Order: sequence, then C-alpha cells, then structure tokens
Amino acid sequence: MIEETVDSAAIASASTKRKSLWLLAIRNPAVIFGGTILLLMVAIAIFAPYLGTIDPTRIDPAMRNKKPGTEITLRLDDGSTVKRTAYMGTDTLGRDVYSRVLYGTRVSLIVGIAVAALSLAFGLIIGMVSGYIRWLDGFVMRIMDGLMAIPGIMLAIALVSIWRSGLITVIFAIVVPEVPRVVRLVRSIVLTVREEPYVEGAISVGTPTWTLMMRHILPNTIAPLIVQGTFTAAAAIITEAILSFLGIGIPPETPSWGNIMSEGRTLFRIFPHNILYPGIFLALAVLAINVMGDGLRDTLDPKMSKKV
Amino acid sequence: MSSDTTPVLEVKNLSVALPPGGDRTNAVDKVSFTVKPGEIVCLVGESGSGKSVIAFTIMGLLAKALRPVSGEILLQGENVLAANEERLRELRCTRMSMIFQEPMTALNPVMTCGDQIDEVLSTHTKLDAAQRKAKIIGILTRVKLPEPERIYASFPHQLSGGQRQRIMIAMALVLDPVLLIADEPTTALDVTTQAEILKLIAELQGSQGTGVLFITHDFGVVAEIARRVAVLRWGELVEMGPTEQILSRPQQAYTRMLISSVPSIHPVHRGVRLEKETVLRTEKLGKTYSAKSFFQKARVVKAAVDVDLDIRRGETLGIVGESGSGKSTVARCIARLIDPTEGKVFLGTTEIATISPSRLRPHRRRVQIVFQDPYRSLNPRITVGDSIVEGPMNFGLKRDEALGRARKLMETVQLDPNALDRYPHQFSGGQRQRICIARALAMEPELLIADEAVSALDVSVQKQVLGLLDEIRQRLNLAVLFITHDLRVAAQICDYVAVMSQGRVVEYGAAEQVFSAPKHAYTKSLFAAAPGRNWEFGKFAAA
Amino acid sequence: MIDFIARRLVAIIPVLAVVAIFVFLMLRLTPGDPAAVIAGDNATSDQIDLIRAKLGLDLPIWQQFIIWIGDILRGNLGESFFFKKTVVELIAQRLQPTLALSICTLIIAVATAVPLGVLAAYRHGSLLDRVVMGFSVMGFSLPTFVIGYCLIYVFAIDLDWLPVQGYTRIEVDFWGFISHIILPSITLGIIYVALIARITRASVLEVLNEDYIRTARAKGLSNRVVLMRHALRNAAVPILTVIGIGVALLIGGAVVTETVYGLPGLGRLTVEAVLSRDFPTIQAVILMFSVVYVVINLLIDISYTLFDPRIRY
Repeated sequence: MIEETVDSAAIASASTKRKSLWLLAIRNPAVIFGGTILLLMVAIAIFAPYLGTIDPTRIDPAMRNKKPGTEITLRLDDGSTVKRTAYMGTDTLGRDVYSRVLYGTRVSLIVGIAVAALSLAFGLIIGMVSGYIRWLDGFVMRIMDGLMAIPGIMLAIALVSIWRSGLITVIFAIVVPEVPRVVRLVRSIVLTVREEPYVEGAISVGTPTWTLMMRHILPNTIAPLIVQGTFTAAAAIITEAILSFLGIGIPPETPSWGNIMSEGRTLFRIFPHNILYPGIFLALAVLAINVMGDGLRDTLDPKMSKKV
Repeated sequence: MSSDTTPVLEVKNLSVALPPGGDRTNAVDKVSFTVKPGEIVCLVGESGSGKSVIAFTIMGLLAKALRPVSGEILLQGENVLAANEERLRELRCTRMSMIFQEPMTALNPVMTCGDQIDEVLSTHTKLDAAQRKAKIIGILTRVKLPEPERIYASFPHQLSGGQRQRIMIAMALVLDPVLLIADEPTTALDVTTQAEILKLIAELQGSQGTGVLFITHDFGVVAEIARRVAVLRWGELVEMGPTEQILSRPQQAYTRMLISSVPSIHPVHRGVRLEKETVLRTEKLGKTYSAKSFFQKARVVKAAVDVDLDIRRGETLGIVGESGSGKSTVARCIARLIDPTEGKVFLGTTEIATISPSRLRPHRRRVQIVFQDPYRSLNPRITVGDSIVEGPMNFGLKRDEALGRARKLMETVQLDPNALDRYPHQFSGGQRQRICIARALAMEPELLIADEAVSALDVSVQKQVLGLLDEIRQRLNLAVLFITHDLRVAAQICDYVAVMSQGRVVEYGAAEQVFSAPKHAYTKSLFAAAPGRNWEFGKFAAA
Repeated sequence: MIDFIARRLVAIIPVLAVVAIFVFLMLRLTPGDPAAVIAGDNATSDQIDLIRAKLGLDLPIWQQFIIWIGDILRGNLGESFFFKKTVVELIAQRLQPTLALSICTLIIAVATAVPLGVLAAYRHGSLLDRVVMGFSVMGFSLPTFVIGYCLIYVFAIDLDWLPVQGYTRIEVDFWGFISHIILPSITLGIIYVALIARITRASVLEVLNEDYIRTARAKGLSNRVVLMRHALRNAAVPILTVIGIGVALLIGGAVVTETVYGLPGLGRLTVEAVLSRDFPTIQAVILMFSVVYVVINLLIDISYTLFDPRIRY
C-alpha cells in the first residue's frame, strides 16, 4: 500500500528524465546559437560557387593588393571583361579574398569533421581495448602517455614535417595528438562502468564479453564522446589554421583561412584585410562549435564540465 | 530537569516550500514541536519525510532552492527565521550546533582537526592561542579521544569514522551551545561504533543540559536515546509524544505500520534441519589483495581467510558482519565476480573457484546475485523486460519464451507484467529490487545471493522485500545466501548465521542458537551494541 | 615524501622513453630514404651518401638508436644542416625570447585567471559569472594569431604605444625588452587565462558543494573565510593540474606568437627548421619541449603534497 503511493510520485518526477535528454540538448539556447552559425557555415561551404565568387586560385597580377570594396576588372578567358566589387579586397597575387575566404570554409569544416570523426573512432577502439583487456592496458597507456607528453602542436608539426604537406597529412597530423585524449576518456568510462552493479549483474547472467561491451558499456561513452568531438573539431580547425599560417600546412595555393592569413602576413601593416576577414570567419566558426559544445556538455554530461 | 522549563527550541507552524514542479508543494508542512533543555527529541521518518530539511532550516543552512514560507523557529525565544545572515553566524556553534551524517566527508581534508576546532574559537571568542589550545585539548578529552595532542595535529584521513564523528561532536559542543542538532549522526557508522557515539551524545548533553534534536530513520536508535519522538511523513507531523508512548501505544495507523515494520531481533523458530542436498560448500575460501609496489613491501590485505560454509536446498544462510569484515568479498567470490585466491567453492559437485572463465560460463546460471543499490543495479538504458530476458537468452531461450517467463516472474515478485517495457527510472527503489530478484530468478538458479539487498530501502519497503524473498525461497525451495550488516534483518530471514570479523568466520551456527546464546566475544559485543535490543517493536499495548 | 618523489621520477622514465623512440623514428618514418629527405630535392647522389654515412644510416636500426640516445644523454644534439651550427648552440641562442615569453605569460595568466575564476564561482549565476564564462569561451575560440594582429593593430600601429615586432634582449635594454615582450605575453596569455579561469571556477564550485563547506558554514564562519580558507585550498589540485597541462598550449602558442611578433625564439626556430627540412634541429626541439613539459608536470605533481596531506602514495 504505502509503497504504491510513493511510486506514483517517483514515476511522475522521474519519467521525464532520460528520453528527453537529447530533446533538451537541442533546445538549449547555446546549442541553437552555435548550431545555427555552424549550419550557415556548412551552407557557405556547399554553395560557395553560387555566392558571387570567382575561382579562388585565379591569379591576376594587375589587380594585386586592392583594398576591400575596390571595383576590379576581371578578364575572362574569351577576352571580354567584367566589372565586380572585391568585397574583401585582393591579396599580393591579385586573388579575390572574398572568394578565397568562402572556399576556405570548406577546408576548415572538412578538417574539423574529419579530425573529430577519426580521433573518436581510433580513441574509442583503443580505449575500449585498453579498458577491457587488462594485460594490454599498461602497454597501450604508456604509449598514450608518451604521445601526450609531446605538446600537441609540436607533434603535429613533427608529423607534417615527415609527410609532405597536404590536406590528408594535416588531418592525420592533428588526429594523432588528439587520440590519446579520447583514449583516456573512453578508458576511464569503461573502468568506471564495469564496476557498476548492473554490469556485474549482466556478467553473472552469463552475458558474453562482446555483448557486454556493446550493450552495457559502450552506450555510456556516446554522450561524453559527442561533447569531446565538438571540442576536438574546434581545436582541429584552429590547429589547421595555425599550421597553414606558419606555412607548413595545406599547400599555399589551396584557399584556407590559415593560408590567406599567411599570405597577408608580410603586408599586414598596409593591408590588414588579408588577416581580418579570414580571422573573423575562423573565430566565428570555432566560437560556434565551442558554444555548441558547452551547451551539449551542460545538458548531456554535466559531470564532465569540471574536466575542461 | 523539570518539564516546565522554557524550551530551548520552539518550532511553530513551520512550512518550507519545494521548488515548483516537485512531487509536492511543501517539503515541510505546518510542523510544530519543541525541544526543552536537557532532553533528546527524535525526529523520525522515512526518506522524503522532510526531517533533514527541518534541521537545516533551523541552522539557516537550507539549499537556495528551498524557502521557508511560514511559521517561526524560536531559539531561546529568538526567531531565527527572521535573523539576518550575520546574526545567524553569531548563533551557530555558540547557541546551536549541528553534526552530520557523513563523518568521512564532513571535515576539511586539508586542515588538521585541531585547526578546524580552533576556527570555532577564534571566530566566536576572544581567547588567545594558548587558551584556545587548552580548551580544545579539554573538549577532545571530553569526547574521549585517545591522545588528544596527537589527534589535535592529525588530518581527518588519519582517523577512523568514529573518531571523526567525535571530532565533529567536539567542534559542535566546544562552546556549550543550548541546542545540538544531530542529523543521522550514526547512520554511516558500524553498529559497535554507533553504540559508543550514542552513549557519548547522551552523556555530554546530560551533563551540560543541552537540548538535542536527533534526526534518524532507525527506531532502534529512537528506543535507545529519545525522550520524546516526532514521527514525520511527507513533510507533515504524524504524531508526537514521549518515546514509550509512541513505541508502545501509537495513535496513528502510519506510526503503527512503521514501527511494526521494524524486524525483531529475536529469530523466528525455523525447526530442525532436515538432511537435504547441499547446494553450495566452500572450503578454506580466501581472498588476498596485494598492492605490489616497486619501492615498498607489497601491502597485503586478507579480505577473507579460511571461510568454510555450506548451504542446503531451501535454506537461508546469513553472513553478518560490520564493514570491512569480508562478507561481501565472500559473496563476490562465490558468484565469481572476483577470483578467490585460496580454497575451493563447490556448487553441487562442481568446483567453480578455479575453473577457467569459458568453463565457468555454463555454471553462471546456477548462482545469481542481487545487489545493494537498487538505483545502479539495472542498466538505465534498456527496459526492465530486456534486463530480465537477457540471461535466459544468453543460455539459448527464444525471446518470446523468455518474455513469457519474465511476465510470470513479474507476478511472482508482485509487479504488473505489463510494466516490462518500462525503463528502470520509472520504478521506485523497492520495485527495482523486485525486478532484480526477477532477473535473478529468470535464470532458475540454485543459489540466490542477496548482498545487502534490503539495506538501502526504507523500513516499510524493506519488510515487503524481505517477505517476498522468504516466500520465494520456500516456494522454489531455493538456497539463499544473505549478506547483511543488520542483525534484525538477519534474525528474521536466516536459518543459519555466520558472523564474520576481519575476514574470518568467528561464529557459525543455527540462527536461533547464535542469537540466543552467542559464544564468541565479538558476536556478543555485536549484539550488545544493537540499538533498541531490549525493545520488542510492534507488540503494541492496547491503546 | 622522498619516496613519493622517487616514485614520480621513476614513472616518467617510460614516458620519456616513448617520446625518445618517437622522435628517433620520426626521420625513419619518412617515406623513402631519410638521407635523401634530409639532403633535399636538388641533392646529388654523392651528397646523399655523405649524409647517410654521417648519420650512420647504414647501421642496423637498434644500433642507430643506441648511438643517438647516447649522444643525447651526453648533451650532443647533433648538427643543424641548415644553420651550420650545433643544435645546442642554436637552442642556447634562441632560448631567451621563448623563456621570457613563457614566464611573462604564465605570471600574467595565473594572476588574472585564478581571481576571476574564484569570483565567478563565488557569485555563481551572477552577471560577473556570465561575463567571465563568456570571456572564457571567446578566449578558447579566438585564434592566437588573430588576437596578436588585433593587438598589434591597436597598440602598436594605431596608438603607437609599443613597437610592432622584434625583440630586444633583456641584458641589452630592460625597458626595450619589456616593451617587446608585453604584447606577445598578453596575446599568448588569453587562451591560458580562459583555460585556468574556467577550471578554477568549476573546481571551486564543486568544492563549495562538499560536506565540509557545510560544516564550515555551520561553525558560523563568514562566507569570505569559507571561500578563502576552506574552498580554495581544496580546489588547488585540479587548478594546478590544468596549469600543468596548459603548458602544452603555451608551447604551441609560443610558436605562433613568435611568428606574429617576429621574436627570434625556439618556436620560430621550429618553424624555420621544418620549412628547411632541418631534421636534427626539429628532433632536438621537439625532444626538448617534451622534456620540459614532462618535468613541469612532474614538479606540479610533487607540489600537490603541499596542498593536500592525503597525497602520499
């Protein structure tokens, strides 16, 4: 009798808890704010050719170093000329900065998404193995500790210096330092969850190891990994920009925000627009992802907020 | 102490509002009571009764989300609800003090105990350093801590739970407040430590005439210490009166139900053991943990040593012991959740302590375990139906057959079979424990291990789950291994009892015999410490 | 205590070993002949052979490793192909700007971030809290070089208060040194402030929920005493940990900042070495940064014992 009445109260307060977590996440203002900007960036990346851009690699010596808003004359292949406004000016080779910035969105987003996906995938596998197979754990974690002892950008720089520069190289060079972080995260979750009574309960009803992992342990890693993934993507976009800015990332002719800024370095005092516009885009993209990540973390994984 | 003295604490018509959206509007609803000088008043109630909220309201330490909405709290005539923050700070520790449930976390880990008491004195008095030190050593002596000088310089982690609670009491009483609020101060302690702390509180308050508001869920403690009792339920005061009256002649049905749910410490007569088939036998079972270190000698902890037990069909064997006695280690070794380091475990005729995991798997079915914490025992992400059918399906049963079995089992554990597609969070703690029992039974085990399975439940729910376990044991003729720290629970459910201390079984025999005539000194001290042992709960006098 | 330090010291050996193996293998992981890689695209086969012999690349790989690690332990980090100097000389020459930049940044960052984080936690949910948190997200998101150029534009070009770029050594002209190091330090400090302020706020908030904080309040202590005496010291360990981990950000940021401000430091050296494919220098710099990072974190580990008497494992 007594228990039944208590229950209805317990049910009423608890039933809204679990299923609506994801719903709650996508209603979080930070997630909406970050997500909207991010969607806009994705749209720019996809529709870059239709947004009044010209070939971002097109060099035009006659039109070098124009300030933003200058009318420039474009000589087409058939010899005719078209007048257009260079909204963001041109660089030292006469390339249109507006077009380069818009196309640069592609590189940054690809790097962000690819690095997040790859480091989560590698980290998840290695972390699960390390957390579950005891005898491998020590060995794997020593390697991870070693990799983490090399400051991230230094490790990426080392890797790009070994492999020739290019998009794939840059992506992997950023993935390698990120993997140990994910491994540690996954491993710590596995080690905590496997002590949970419900996992021990599943062991004692004879659940095979593989099912145990997939059904009872792995789902606990999803929310923290999504949160980690957003922060990884943001960091990756910055790292790519840094590498390109230093001149050791993506090949200079490819339009990427870092490359445009690298180009603008020498004449920065006179033509700051080469740094300003890609800088704004870069900051905005990273900010959007970080804000979204914060929102996701607050709703999906409040315990992680202390780990930064 | 005469009963017409003006009360030190008067709570009048107190209501505290819960934040909107809760299961009720008020955490505390129009509660009134008084505490007179030199008396101990117990606030007793199950979880969610609002008893701790009252304590925190008096101290002015409520969480921001909770707000007192009406009533007065008069401390020696002064309304503390109307006092500003500064006045409250002046009152704390000088006129009213509080001690808490968890002595392990209630002290600052990075300050010495002496410094933590010293803070009270330097905040509220103008004593110089030498006077303060002398006063602290004095109070440490009064709370009967050995070597006060050493304790003064110790950090909390260097002390035991009982010693830490003594530090808390010393801190609370160093300035002789008129009111001491004790919020479940012994709940986290072992029974022998609990008895010492209860004795200490009673002594100190008696000698100083301190009024004590003692919050507890345990009627044994109430019988031991209270002069008057207030029973709370869902924030409302059910009834209040002198202890003897409430315990033996309660007026309200709820109070009667609550008190009669307290298990008796006298074992029920179970009859003689019939020669039956042995389900489980352990032979010199042992588990040693050793932390190897490069620099130090390996630290060896013997969690269980030479444990010999046997359980027959249809019998319940209880393992009773305090924390760290090794009782759970034995249970987990038998379930092979951990690997024993010595000895043998025979399940029927199969030795399972040393066989490889792959050879063990077919035998997993035969031993099932129910854990203590109902909130962590079920995977929150899958339906309870999926949790129940998981085991049978691992052993080759088809899903619909397994579901059929699950439906029957839900009835066995007195739950609605249609609730199988719900998630664990939709059930209360007691219901979850029933589901865990159903999950275990779905494997058709020969041995069911209940590892403190009713310890986290309120006493009324505990009674229901205990009844259910015993009924299932009879009906299915199951062997049950029941691990508990609670002597009363053990007395009610066990045929045989093994008392463990420091990894060893110190006494082992029929429950009736062990309870009525304990032989080992440790068992005797354990029984002597059980609160309210002289009180027969639920045998009400005619009102 | 000594035991604790000894154990921490032993624990870093495998870490440094993994770093050393990685750095050693770096060159061998390059696709193709390492000697050809070093020699560059226009090298003749004679030049390549010379380099191969010089590096001992004909030997079995484990022998090469032993020779290499032996050299390093004796302080011989090799010779730069590009700068035509020993790497040790090169590093000594470039050390000061980086060291100055790092120390200035660390001081500025810790001095601003910890009070900000404590205040934000103390006034949890207030406007101040939200401003600090907002600043923190911004600090994480604005790339160092963008901040750097903005600061140069405002303070060096527009207001003309400080020199735009370059470096003056401290022993040559102290005030010149300060004027050259202040903007880079602020630039590099921003991400660090964001990081530390955030963790300070989070750990103080967490500590404020602990039972012993409730005890302290029940004693009648003022909020300020509760915060300063009880909360902050207990929050110190996670804050220190993040300061240590953040050194990695500092090192990475130094590379960028030195490029933006034209500081002739180790970060700039790294980039120049990569651009000229000067492998001995790259290897030495990475090894050195890693060792510094590991040692700093070791020192921080040991410092925990000052804050928390429980840490004695």
